[in-house]
Amino acid sequence: MSDVILKVESVSKQYRLGLVSSGTLSHDLKRWWYKIRRKEDPFLQVGEANDRSTVGNSDYVWALRDINFELKRGEVLGIIGKNGAGKSTLLKILSRVTSPSTGVIKTKGRIASLLEVGTGFHPEMTGLENIYLNGAILGMTKKEIKFKEDEIIDFSGCRRYINTPVKRYSSGMRVRLAFAVAAHLEPDILVVDEVLAVGDAEFQKKAIGKMQDISREDGRTVLFVSHNMGAIMNLCTRALVLEHGNIVFEGDEKEAVNFYIMAKKDKEQIDLKHRNDRIGNGQFLISYITLMDSNHNPISEVLSGKDLIIRVEIDKKEDIDYSKLIVSIAFQDSNENTVLLFSSDELKSDFTNLNNSNSFFLKIPKLPLRGSFYSLRLVTTYKTTRVEDFIDTIDNAFKVSVIENDFLNTGKKLRRLNQVFLEGEFMA
Amino acid sequence: MNTASEEQWLFTISSKRRIIELNFKEIARYKDLLFLFVKRDVVVKYKQTILGPLWYFIQPLFTSVIFTLIFNNIADISAGDGVPPFLFNLAGITAWNYFKECLTGTSDTFKKNQGIFGKVYFPRVIIPMSVVISNLIKFGLQLLVFFGFYLYFVMFTEKASNVSLQISLVLLPVLIIVMGTLGLGFGMIISSMTTKYRDLTFLVAFGVQLLMYASAVMYPLELIKSKVADGRIPKIAGYLIEYNPMTSIIEMFRVITLGIGDVDYSMLIYTVIVSTIIFLFGLVIFNKTEKSFIDTV
Repeated sequence: MSDVILKVESVSKQYRLGLVSSGTLSHDLKRWWYKIRRKEDPFLQVGEANDRSTVGNSDYVWALRDINFELKRGEVLGIIGKNGAGKSTLLKILSRVTSPSTGVIKTKGRIASLLEVGTGFHPEMTGLENIYLNGAILGMTKKEIKFKEDEIIDFSGCRRYINTPVKRYSSGMRVRLAFAVAAHLEPDILVVDEVLAVGDAEFQKKAIGKMQDISREDGRTVLFVSHNMGAIMNLCTRALVLEHGNIVFEGDEKEAVNFYIMAKKDKEQIDLKHRNDRIGNGQFLISYITLMDSNHNPISEVLSGKDLIIRVEIDKKEDIDYSKLIVSIAFQDSNENTVLLFSSDELKSDFTNLNNSNSFFLKIPKLPLRGSFYSLRLVTTYKTTRVEDFIDTIDNAFKVSVIENDFLNTGKKLRRLNQVFLEGEFMA
Repeated sequence: MNTASEEQWLFTISSKRRIIELNFKEIARYKDLLFLFVKRDVVVKYKQTILGPLWYFIQPLFTSVIFTLIFNNIADISAGDGVPPFLFNLAGITAWNYFKECLTGTSDTFKKNQGIFGKVYFPRVIIPMSVVISNLIKFGLQLLVFFGFYLYFVMFTEKASNVSLQISLVLLPVLIIVMGTLGLGFGMIISSMTTKYRDLTFLVAFGVQLLMYASAVMYPLELIKSKVADGRIPKIAGYLIEYNPMTSIIEMFRVITLGIGDVDYSMLIYTVIVSTIIFLFGLVIFNKTEKSFIDTV
């Protein structure tokens, strides 16, 4: 079935930086002056690409620039991008909260977003009254809500409190009730912004589980925004990669994830030159770290189960006997527990080649980490691993983002833990 | 799928906008939401109060007593022969309150609802419409109080010798609609303008208060006219009061309920026209604002 349900045609969105109030009146007057002479808005010609970290010349930036794509009925489209790439702006435009600066979006179905939970809840009204109000705000009719009333109350698990004002609810109950309403929406196109998912871990799991049910079982058309590459690969049938408001990749979801994590060379070299929190005698200093895939392409995030190469560059200060160098690299979880440790003395690695080079590599085949963030601890010592012999040591040198992936090749959904994978088999 | 049905889009989202875009079909689809908002406004207002909806009655009654004391007893303004000043004030205040509540209730639509508006779409005009309708319920209750006192004065006292029900009472619904449209129109204009420039919010609070004094609420228009003729009030102030649409509405309200007042049908038509223009203008800029206000608020 090739039934196009949503068509986005050269949509752009421009924002003005700085204080909205200063100088806007003169710009508004200028816009109006161009408009009555039927000329194009002068400020639509001046915008710059939206790069958060650099200073631009213009006050106007393009949060989205010339976005084109189509969505077919029953398709699950993933949208990937870094913070500020324009994902949320795109969703805002699609859900008609704000309008595009240029371009047209055509749709054949009603669009609703799943995670705008609790919008319009009134604390003074009872749970039941709020179900109706919230449902109506999200676009349901009274009849539809009445039909699903029991189901919603059961899903929320708040039946006992249903005639009590919502202000007496615990925050958890409020979220449950709100999500119960949102989960029973039945729009033609569902917009899901996982970035906006709030609540405790249990609720997030429930929410993501519900999204999976909706997209897999109901065959609904879904637009899915997420930072979780594993979820994107699990759920989506196609994906877009946004960067600075432009679509830089469109196509198969696996290729899109690969494209996304294969970052630009200059950016993904982690500069450690300015770190002062070092321990050691400083015979050399660790200056750069680069993460690379098995083909030595720099990457910004790592897929679990894939080969990882860590390249470490050093800045030599004094000549030492590199055959006696000991290096250890540790992956630590958020509680500073070491999850993985690679130590060159245990591995019997040899660094004599450092005499005529200033970089070494650590190759980790089939990275066994589950999807999470891990901080790298780098230790270099001479002869022994005692603190007196430290050459250069950096704690928390870099946060590695590991993306959940099917390490075990079983196709099962993985639990969210920051631990390691090991192969094994149960027998009976 | 043939190409003909391929072009049948449910709706399109674009930056271009028609000048007046009141999509009745869409509003009809959201009518349940409209009624739920009305219900919310009515139910929530006096929750956890002891007197509850009695507050609807207390406020106009006390204001009328104070006005009678100050303007009629102290300042010696005559309400007219055979008309109890209390009833005169109550009529003015009841009508004025409806307009005032519509205006102030809608004037902060965008600011007050930016949380909801920033998250989900529904026709934004639903919110000011719900304000006007929920105020209508309040106005209906206050009207009952007014007619209660009206009956009391006519039947049990001699003070209301000149008061008589007019056949023009059938115009009351027209008057109510005009008041609602005028309040809604002004409210939409103010709420749209304050999203970007907050200056008007400061004006609304005391501007409404000032407008009341210029709307013949606590004095008959006749009095102003005679004072202008005497030269005790500058002509320009006289014109301002006379051509203020709310003056004609309140005078008209007193004409059809009490049978006193100095206004004719040409003034009513003038008011209807002015209100319609303001309403349409409000709708235009409201529609313009709702598309992108979330970026400027």
